[in-house]
Amino acid sequence: MQTASTNGVAIELRGVHYRAPGGPDILNNVDLHVERGETLILLGRSGSGKTTTLKLINDLVSPTQGEVRVEGRSTREWDPIRLRRGIGYVIQDAGLFPHFTVERNIALVPRLEEWPQAKSAQRVGEMLDLVGLERVIAKRYPRELSGGQRQRVGVARALAADPPILLMDEPFGALDPITRDELQREFKRLQERLQKTVVFVTHDVREALLLGSRIALMEAGKVVVALSPDQFRASPDPLVKRYLHAFDDVPPSDRQRGLA
Amino acid sequence: MNVLQFFQQNHAEVLELTLEHLWMVFASTLLAVLIGIPLGILITRRPRWNKPVLGSANVIQTIPSLALFGFLLPVPWIGARAERLAILALTLYALLPMIRNTYAGIRGVDPAVLEAGRGMGMTDRQLLWQVEMPLALGVILAGIRVATVISVGLATIAAAIGAGGLGEYIFRGLAMVNNQLILAGAIPAALLALLADVSLGWLERRLSPREVTRPVAG
Repeated sequence: MQTASTNGVAIELRGVHYRAPGGPDILNNVDLHVERGETLILLGRSGSGKTTTLKLINDLVSPTQGEVRVEGRSTREWDPIRLRRGIGYVIQDAGLFPHFTVERNIALVPRLEEWPQAKSAQRVGEMLDLVGLERVIAKRYPRELSGGQRQRVGVARALAADPPILLMDEPFGALDPITRDELQREFKRLQERLQKTVVFVTHDVREALLLGSRIALMEAGKVVVALSPDQFRASPDPLVKRYLHAFDDVPPSDRQRGLA
Repeated sequence: MNVLQFFQQNHAEVLELTLEHLWMVFASTLLAVLIGIPLGILITRRPRWNKPVLGSANVIQTIPSLALFGFLLPVPWIGARAERLAILALTLYALLPMIRNTYAGIRGVDPAVLEAGRGMGMTDRQLLWQVEMPLALGVILAGIRVATVISVGLATIAAAIGAGGLGEYIFRGLAMVNNQLILAGAIPAALLALLADVSLGWLERRLSPREVTRPVAG
């Protein structure tokens, strides 16, 4: 696993088009790269193509034109199963297996990879600690957990096999504001520690500015701009301005906070 | 002579006919499970097959049972023995609930769960056996229950082609205009249907994923 940022490109999209079979164009000439260790936010409204872009990376969707390179190899050359087991995936409603205990949910990839039982069990414990859950919940079923707990388990499951890349599709979108705030802050701390390469989909500008090292704004199947949070706040781009104005209470940047 | 006296005097024959009846139901349900579940899985994977498969099973369902026995009579190996023929006919009737419930059970699995599984690198086979089938199990078992209960009733008609079973008494009673004799076949058949319903219902509740919960401790 790479630890420092700005030391190479982990994911690259080159001239990617995507059209659903028999449907309209969803992505139109998308160029994008994600550096190792950074958190790239895909920001945009519903239907802008951000989730499709995310699914191109773990090959749940294949580009109709152009190519997606992960760790220097095109997703066409990757064995999709190998590719996906090296990429953590967190989705909105967590998508936990309702018939598995928390323990088995977290140990999904370790079990698929046939880790020894002891190693896998130890890993589950570490993951529960990491996402701030008590170890006693390991034996419970997802339906016995709160929404916030479920989403923590979702993050723990995605991280269990220590993948270098993490894809997150509106992971905190369905949570109440207080739980969401809590999880966002914890995720930020976690990411500062783990330095994974993260691609994070959201429609929430506040979340984007809080968590992102870069923000790619998407609209109608295109990437409009890809900027750091500070550049984003200062951008003269009319669409960026509209996003910022839609949220009056955008949190101040670190620099502004320092001056206050 | 009332029904109870009849049972007392003929308990050996009643038992034999009940066992014949049970064998026909068991064998046909087993065959329907072995054919219907794979077909149900197939049509979740190949949507193009959906209409022809479900359509044919539906058409079979609409054929009156006596007519179906008649249609199958000239089939070479099958028609040679009434018992084989009855089992095949009952299997055909049981197919629709098996296929339909397998299909509905798998299609009813939360898409988010499947997406998470696929996205984390599960193969199609792993998704099927570790996620889809366990989660569809309750619905599939409900299909087996419905198919079994229907078979218990339909199997009485098999006596019309000489396949035996409790229908034997019913047809004999009809011919002799003897209500007691009809009841001697109908009562055990009804009890068998109830027994199948209750025991499979219990199994369904025990095994279905909705029930894999326990009280929250602490």
